Amino acid sequence: MAVRVTIKDYLFESRLFMQRSVQALVFSGVLIAILFGRLIYLQVLAHEHYITLSDDNRIKILPLPPNRGLIFDRNGLILADNLPSYRLEITPEQVHDMDATLDALSQLVNIRDVDRKRFEQLRKRTPVFKPVPLRFRLSDEEVARFAIDRHRYPGVDIVAGLSRHYPHGPLMTHALGYVGRIDERDLQRIDTSDYSGTTHIGKVGIEKTYEDILHGSVGYSQVETNAEGRVLRTLVRTPPVPGHNLYLTMDAELQNVADQALGNRAGAVVAIDPDNGDVLAFVSKPAYDPNLFVNGIDSKTYTALREDDKQPLFNRVLRGQYPPGSTLKPFVGLGGLEQGITSKHAHTFCPGYYQLTGKARKYRDWKRSGHGTVDLTAAIAQSCDVYFYDLALSMGIDRMYDFLSKFGFGERTGIDISGELPGLLPSRQWKRATRNLPWFPGETLIAGIGQGFVLTTPLQLASATAALASYGNRKKPHIVASTQIYGDIELTPLPVEPDPYIVIEDRQNWHDVINAMHEVVQGKRGTARKVGKDAKYQFAGKTGTAQVFGLKEEEKYDAETLAEKLRDHSLFIAFAPLDKPLIAITVIVEHGGSGSAVAAPIARTIIDQYLLKPES
Amino acid sequence: MSTLLDSHREDASRRDWQHILHLDAALLFGLAVLSTLGLFVLYSAAASDEHLLIRQIVRLSLAFSAMAIIAQLRPQWMERWTPWLYGIGLLLLLAVLVAGDIGKGAQRWLDLGFVRFQPSEMMKLAVPMMVAWYFSDKRLPPTGWRLVIAGALIVVPVMLIAMQPDLGTSLLIGSAGFFALFLAGLSWRLLGSLALVAAAGTPVLWHFMHDYQRQRVITFLNPEQDPLGAGYHIIQSKIAIGSGGVFGKGWLNGTQAHLEFLPERSTDFIFAVLGEEFGLVGIGVLLLVYSVIIVRSLYIATQAQDTFGRLLGGSLAMTFFIYIIVNTGMVTGLLPVVGLPLPMISYGGTSMVTLMAGFGILMSIHTHRKLLAT
Repeated sequence: MAVRVTIKDYLFESRLFMQRSVQALVFSGVLIAILFGRLIYLQVLAHEHYITLSDDNRIKILPLPPNRGLIFDRNGLILADNLPSYRLEITPEQVHDMDATLDALSQLVNIRDVDRKRFEQLRKRTPVFKPVPLRFRLSDEEVARFAIDRHRYPGVDIVAGLSRHYPHGPLMTHALGYVGRIDERDLQRIDTSDYSGTTHIGKVGIEKTYEDILHGSVGYSQVETNAEGRVLRTLVRTPPVPGHNLYLTMDAELQNVADQALGNRAGAVVAIDPDNGDVLAFVSKPAYDPNLFVNGIDSKTYTALREDDKQPLFNRVLRGQYPPGSTLKPFVGLGGLEQGITSKHAHTFCPGYYQLTGKARKYRDWKRSGHGTVDLTAAIAQSCDVYFYDLALSMGIDRMYDFLSKFGFGERTGIDISGELPGLLPSRQWKRATRNLPWFPGETLIAGIGQGFVLTTPLQLASATAALASYGNRKKPHIVASTQIYGDIELTPLPVEPDPYIVIEDRQNWHDVINAMHEVVQGKRGTARKVGKDAKYQFAGKTGTAQVFGLKEEEKYDAETLAEKLRDHSLFIAFAPLDKPLIAITVIVEHGGSGSAVAAPIARTIIDQYLLKPES
Repeated sequence: MSTLLDSHREDASRRDWQHILHLDAALLFGLAVLSTLGLFVLYSAAASDEHLLIRQIVRLSLAFSAMAIIAQLRPQWMERWTPWLYGIGLLLLLAVLVAGDIGKGAQRWLDLGFVRFQPSEMMKLAVPMMVAWYFSDKRLPPTGWRLVIAGALIVVPVMLIAMQPDLGTSLLIGSAGFFALFLAGLSWRLLGSLALVAAAGTPVLWHFMHDYQRQRVITFLNPEQDPLGAGYHIIQSKIAIGSGGVFGKGWLNGTQAHLEFLPERSTDFIFAVLGEEFGLVGIGVLLLVYSVIIVRSLYIATQAQDTFGRLLGGSLAMTFFIYIIVNTGMVTGLLPVVGLPLPMISYGGTSMVTLMAGFGILMSIHTHRKLLAT
């Protein structure tokens, strides 16, 4: 084997090396080809993908929140406004000594410990070049004080924004509602992309119902940022579209008069134009200042509002469910006529009480001595209970239910403010379903005078009154009349939705009932004759006194000895003028006592204002 | 020692300027184009920082000077001093481990009082030289104990550098030694067995790796797992290159680089800046220039007249290639992140000087040939 000597074979080694060099070159070539393939993938095939990623890196979309639409009353008086508000912001990277700056600033503007604490928390979560708010809603004085010393505080700025403002404070609050900071619950029902940049949203009332129209559409500005997130320049700007303005059917002046007339008493006033369902006044008292809620109410004030006995947060117009009392009588009476159960001239003897045959219990009339012989007109004018006990019994609960439901009792009116309650119009089925009990005839009697199970909201009662005034030509009550595109003069009316007409058997029946209601206020023996005595117009009305507290058979109601909480509610419904009604109204004064004494004069004041405008 | 610089014994007919100056026109041209291209990219990557550019120009001058000086040395002289260079290098590596300065969490620097010195840089040349020296009077292809000895000459410094730890450099030196072995004629069968052993040894290697090295491997395998942490580099460099497209976003217009999304953009990840601003076309030009240099270097090696020259020249050519492929592979997400610069383009000093010294050796090998009678 050892033939080969260990000397170097130069030719062989040279050829070997050449061979290996070529192999190395091929190896390099293959790797470079792989690299090139990778580059073709990245730069040609996946180019679009990476361009997108690169743009995502550098281009940030900054939302530009739209200005919220304004709200006006029917005469163009502003009810919800956007006012400039100033906040103090600090850009940390421009401040050398933060503590010293904060101390010095607190000499100029009021900086509470909570402000400072929140500022420090926010600061930790914000890049140093982004401004951090220190104070919101600076007063004009604070703005002025800071402006003078501004040069001494580099990195501290006053920034103007718009803040919702309700110039009339509590006056409109139950109708308008308010906006508040967007919270978790709101986030679930909104399109968050449309709300990026928006801080406030309608929480209740019109502000909530018409949120979509008021809000507008968000705009965007595309900015180029570096890796730190610092904005370098704006690339494209799509301006936001401001929300539409709303013009209400409400008359702020009338509202104010109604509010004044109700005074400090708890209660509600609703006025409706029977022609079209326009809500003219919408008062629920007591009320609260909606401006408190816009930028977050402090818990002490909120607790005080919530625990107030008179419940200022409670929207009585929509959610207050009261027994209608005698204000239901015209409707029951009309039902008797239309259903042929009674006639205008049929009369009943009223001894001051009523008894079901074979039963010992006496159903009392409010007038102990009785009204004597009364027909329908007298029964309505004098509010005779016995007449209606008798009529209700002849009618029966089923027919009463059928007829009254045509006026919308027991169901939501469908007004364009959310949160409405339906009231209650009892029926056999209802009682079986909810209490699993049969209907008793005695319950029919008291339902006939608007007591017992019957409950109505002030809005429902007003809507039913308007339907009566317009001879069954029902219109769904609504509070927003028209919208207006920002910057336009033209108004776009919202469609008036008619409710189903009430089919009329005999127009004369309606005329008779309306005339009886006219007797109430302007007849010789009407319960509210004092109220209508010197009126310059003809009108119709009906008093009501709703029992909160059930009296025993032989007990005597004495307002003086009863605690206020247990006193009767005072109610009044009316419409005017008689021949061509322009306004239908409901007044409810909680624990006010008798309808004629308390609620009726309030209604008269409001109707005077609307028809005669003494104040304008 | 009189033979250190003499060229008078060469044939008079080949005394053109290349032989007088001992420079190679093709290599010189390629390197000059490369450096110029590099300065343009660096200017953009460094956000038009002129001071940084000037420092790079100073380094380039230094590196070209080193190349020119080393090109004057005769290969035979270098061969004679190779064992000393290697021996000293090994001692310095041990010294670094014992008394080295810590920079960026690794001991790589040796402070000699007047200058901070990285012995691993020296070994990038000393290791292939040593392997070439060892085989210079041996019969090729190498077999048996000679392979073991040559292997030990490579593995010992590689391990010492890996312990610093400096994965990139040890990888580079390991491959320099490997290519010397390969070019010497290492049998394919042995190569296959070595590959198998390496594959089997991977779990063992994993066991000995530092946490940050393991993290790099994990990141390589799945960069999206930690997009803001370790995976950020790779994701951003892929975005930079991919968004560049065929023609690029234009010089100074790379948003990834200029808006600071791309990290290490003037050093290890500068290839991504090139890809973003000059696109596939720019990268094609760069790879073309690199290929010219590699092909020319390998050609020089094949033309060398002795084993030392051939093995050393070929190994240096392939080391240059490894630099390129590891860096570009890393930046394009084909390879794990290994801290190696892109040769002649990345900002940074020491490695550039070593690299150019290597080209000096190549030029020396080529221009000191004796004309053989044919």
